[in-house]
Amino acid sequence: MEVSTAVFYLITLVTVVSAGMVALSRNIIYSAFSLLGTFMGVAGIYIFLGADFVAAVQLLIYVGGILVLILFAVMLTHRITDVKITNRAAGRIPALLVVAVFVVLLIQTVKETPWLKAKQVVYTATTATIGDAFLYDYLLPFELASIVLLGAMIGAVVLSRKEIKE
Amino acid sequence: MSPNELSSYLIIGAILFSLGMFTVLTRRNAISVLMGVELILNSANINYVAFSHFSSGNSAGQIYAIFVIMLAAAEAAVGLAIVLAIFQLFHSIDVEAAQSLKE
Repeated sequence: MEVSTAVFYLITLVTVVSAGMVALSRNIIYSAFSLLGTFMGVAGIYIFLGADFVAAVQLLIYVGGILVLILFAVMLTHRITDVKITNRAAGRIPALLVVAVFVVLLIQTVKETPWLKAKQVVYTATTATIGDAFLYDYLLPFELASIVLLGAMIGAVVLSRKEIKE
Repeated sequence: MSPNELSSYLIIGAILFSLGMFTVLTRRNAISVLMGVELILNSANINYVAFSHFSSGNSAGQIYAIFVIMLAAAEAAVGLAIVLAIFQLFHSIDVEAAQSLKE
């Protein structure tokens, strides 16, 4: 077995196991930290797919931004002195049934479809192509994205501030 | 399962999606539900990048993945702000505790 294949299996294992921890762990702090493994693993998968820029963005935004935000929210919404940090789950068996049927269907479909074989894989830096595409073909969505982010930021500030009653 | 097959990436995406859906369906903690949503978005992104890599060779799939990451950031910011507002109002982030829109 080649080294790259072994690395691929390792990354897949890390991704799936830590996603399982997110879904099943009883402690929400453990869930939040397992999310780190999932995000890192997904970044590794992007690198295998030759998407270096997307992998870097994944690390910067998910690990550096969203995960920190989630950890802050966990810390702010639990009394830290309260030892029991619960992460209650309900209705596990029906949910498991639905999800199991769903995943079996999905995997069966993926396996039975005759997908194209990969071309000769050439790994080149994608940053320049993506930058060009953002400033030519996708200029309007790109600018809209900035407005969406601005709106989300203002909305978050408005939502989380304390209301001062006269 | 091998790194040179499209189906292995799609299967990873399917597993991540199902775990995310399981999280969303079973958790009663609002932050955990948001974590499940992040898993689902990640699985969709894997599919985008995989199809982009194996089919056309242009970077449209990667650009869509970046847009999804951007929307996930916006969603996390607004979602967690709502969770904090719910916590201030109900002193709990159990999604079953928040049944009314105003106190």
